[in-house]
Amino acid sequence: MNSMMPSFPLLSTITFLPLIGALLILLVARGRDEAQSATLSRQIALWTALGNLVLMLALFAYYDPAIAGFQLTERYNWIPGFDIVYHKGIDGISLWFVVLAALLTPICILSAFTIGKRVKEFMIALLVLEAMMIGMFTALDFVLFYLFFEGVLIPMFLIVGIWGGSGRIYAAYKFFLYTFLGSVLMLVAIFAMVLQAGTTDMTAMLGNQFPKEMAIWLWLAFFASFAVKTPMWPFHTWLPYAHVEAPTSGSVILAGVLLKMGGYGFIRVCIQMLPEASHLFAPLVLTLSCIAIIYTSLVALAQSDMKKLIAYSSVAHMGFVTLGIFSGNQQGLDGAMLVMISHGFVSAALFLCVGVVYDRLHTREIARYGGMATNMPHYAFVFMIFMLASVGLPGTSGFVGEFLSMQGAFQASTAAATVAALGVILGAAYMLYLYRRLFYGALDKADVRAMPDLNIREYLMFVPLIALVLWMGLQPNGIRDYIKATTTAIVTDYQTMGRAAP
Amino acid sequence: MMAMLATPEIFLALSGLILLVGGVFKGDAATPKLFVLTGLVLAAALVLLASQANYGTAFHGMFIADGFSRFVKIILLVAAILSLILAWPYVARHAMQRFEYPILILFATVGMLLMVSANNLMALYVGLELQSLALYVLASFRRDHAASSEAGLKYFVLGALSSGMLLYGISLLYGYTGSLGFETLRQAFAGQTQPALGVIFGLVFVCAGLIFKVSAVPFHMWTPDVYQGAPTPVTAFFAAGPKLAALALLTRVMIQPLEGLTPQWTQILLFAAVASMLLGALAGLAQGNLKRLMAYSSIANVGFALVGLVAGGEAGVQALLIYLAIYFLNTLGIFAVMVALRRNGEAVEQISDLSGLSKTHPMLALAMVTFMFSLAGVPPLAGFFGKYFVFLAAVKAGYVALAIIGVLASTVAAYYYLRLIKMMYFDEATAPLDAVPERTVTVTAGLAALAMVLFVFYPSFLTDSALVAAKSLFY
Repeated sequence: MNSMMPSFPLLSTITFLPLIGALLILLVARGRDEAQSATLSRQIALWTALGNLVLMLALFAYYDPAIAGFQLTERYNWIPGFDIVYHKGIDGISLWFVVLAALLTPICILSAFTIGKRVKEFMIALLVLEAMMIGMFTALDFVLFYLFFEGVLIPMFLIVGIWGGSGRIYAAYKFFLYTFLGSVLMLVAIFAMVLQAGTTDMTAMLGNQFPKEMAIWLWLAFFASFAVKTPMWPFHTWLPYAHVEAPTSGSVILAGVLLKMGGYGFIRVCIQMLPEASHLFAPLVLTLSCIAIIYTSLVALAQSDMKKLIAYSSVAHMGFVTLGIFSGNQQGLDGAMLVMISHGFVSAALFLCVGVVYDRLHTREIARYGGMATNMPHYAFVFMIFMLASVGLPGTSGFVGEFLSMQGAFQASTAAATVAALGVILGAAYMLYLYRRLFYGALDKADVRAMPDLNIREYLMFVPLIALVLWMGLQPNGIRDYIKATTTAIVTDYQTMGRAAP
Repeated sequence: MMAMLATPEIFLALSGLILLVGGVFKGDAATPKLFVLTGLVLAAALVLLASQANYGTAFHGMFIADGFSRFVKIILLVAAILSLILAWPYVARHAMQRFEYPILILFATVGMLLMVSANNLMALYVGLELQSLALYVLASFRRDHAASSEAGLKYFVLGALSSGMLLYGISLLYGYTGSLGFETLRQAFAGQTQPALGVIFGLVFVCAGLIFKVSAVPFHMWTPDVYQGAPTPVTAFFAAGPKLAALALLTRVMIQPLEGLTPQWTQILLFAAVASMLLGALAGLAQGNLKRLMAYSSIANVGFALVGLVAGGEAGVQALLIYLAIYFLNTLGIFAVMVALRRNGEAVEQISDLSGLSKTHPMLALAMVTFMFSLAGVPPLAGFFGKYFVFLAAVKAGYVALAIIGVLASTVAAYYYLRLIKMMYFDEATAPLDAVPERTVTVTAGLAALAMVLFVFYPSFLTDSALVAAKSLFY
């Protein structure tokens, strides 16, 4: 359909290149001493991830933003006996999640240079994770989709469990079992859909082709999976634990990309395949989103642990995402996409910021810091940018998405938009309060005063993220142009089909 | 010459007799040679089986060779060969170097092959008993070890009981139909909407006897004790071979001679499947012994496999066969790791023995973590596909609730597989393990783990041959 198809399977290459890097680490680093194998695996991982970043940029050369359907598709027989095909492709929605994954992985690898134990395994886990994430966002076959959706659990479970903090084991179990439980229910729903549609091809299921009775059950099963993954209140309780205990790079990838799997699933499956049921359940989702925004913001306000605070703020931001998606209109969906992309950069950056001081002082207690604006001005400046972006200050990436999703919500339900707006105020409150406690006040703790400012490696992590956050804030159409054709088509379908039935 | 259809079995039986005579003359000194020779004989039988072109029945309809029997037999022979590979280092270490070991494995294998090819209730019973008698001896093979003798005795007493139940059921079926052949039984039951009460009784007893052999709930009680007490390589063989053979036998009996009673046996197996999945998942949570854990895991997995049979039809049997093929390799891999890991010469038994394994034996730990995630059914590993096809068949046949119970049970079971991973990767090593595991065993474990990982790239290899095998059951 696109005249500029690449001469090789670009999406598969982006998906599997990290796996090749992981394999290379496994082979090359064997039989060397600890330090040597650590250096080698760091380098291989970084170069692989950078290579994938370049390949990701090549996507833009081939992707035509004016077309709404799936592009760069690949299709091979996989299990012919069951009509399961290896089918890949991207549209304006999934393109940006691939971008997020490919952008954040090299930054994560950079930030993981401070990890000292089992470096080889850690780098392999990160690369496998990248492959799974990209594979999931580009999958157009339900079995392939589920394969990657669930496969993410393996590296993430190990990352939290092996390299995490003191409560890592509980956190890893909780993360795994919560998401696993949600996903297996989704699997049963996938069976039902596959049998009804007679194929596992997701593109064949778009539209409203499931009887309403059935669609309601399917919707609930998918909701169980995506609500846990997103996470939505009240299914979010695994997230604070996983975030707090995960190493910095684990939190970054978790907040930056993994949470978006839920939002992506809501759009791709619930909105696109089950519009009628989505329409039916939209009030429920809007209510839960509003509760999430207010409740988790209040909880964030009361946190004494930096990572926990940012984790709860993630839940609140995801509330804006679900709010926007289930508003069911153009502004809402665009807003949800922009919130997800922005949150991908901002929350990732905030976790990296926590990692910076955690590496120096080995504590996440907010009360242990204070007055850092004096001795770490660069760090304070960087933190401020991301803090303001998280609050949603105009001119930063956070503003556009929140604004649009609230505008969308306003059309769907004035009450929901009002509550969400209150949430924005609370969001500003907890972030500013955090910033005040960390950076202002007296610099009276000797160990805090002794901390050096950002180093080159840390700058390398932050500069691209700052640039992206500001670019998104000042030029929101840069991204919106790429998603618009797709979201318009999705919303049109949703509105005609979702409201078709009484 | 329809007897040609049984060439592999005849060849194995004759070779077994010759090897037995050789062993008696040469004594225990010949054990290493007998291990190798038995392995070669099994491999030769595999070749004979693979090159067999004809299907049909032989010995007046007592014996049947079809795509189904061939598929299962190939797996059984591979399982027998692998279990011999695992057994050798263990046998050599534990003063079990008696020449009977490989020969008993050989005879058990012949019994299993006959079970799979049985086309008559009497042939079925003979095959089953040939297998069981060899296994009773194997379970108590470490005769200076109390637990091993206990396992053998328990297995024998309970196994004899179940054989009795099976025979009683067979006698009732015979009494009502006047025949033991599968073909005549099938015709006798065909189209019976209201079967006689005695037939139902017979069916229940046959099911009970076979459920006992596959160790599904409610006749599972012997499994943990026998798994724990038997020498580890024997347990490995139990978990892979006889279980598979019994499930294949159950499948054939239910699908072919008892086809007319499908609504009746479906109820029985539905209960067994649900109860096995739940009990296997829940009881496994409390286990500290690795072999007991594997026993409960096998109970749960039999439950998952039975879901395929309950779903029925070609799709259900195909799913069952895919599930079993993956499960047998997965299990043998786990036991290979267990045999490879020793502390003071003893194979590891406790879950806590695995703590810190990722530091001391990184490659074995990697293999084990693959097996665990695969058993838990996490994609992209092979175990996921086993579950996928089984539950797909269940939903297709309208058993949505069964599929939901199944996936929930697999979530519970995931907890104990994760616990092993936690031990190996998240915890520090306690007491050191013996340094050098045997090459043959670690290579077996590594190859099995590789198969679990690489399955995703070429699954149709298995799914297609399972379909051919499943189709041959329905005619």
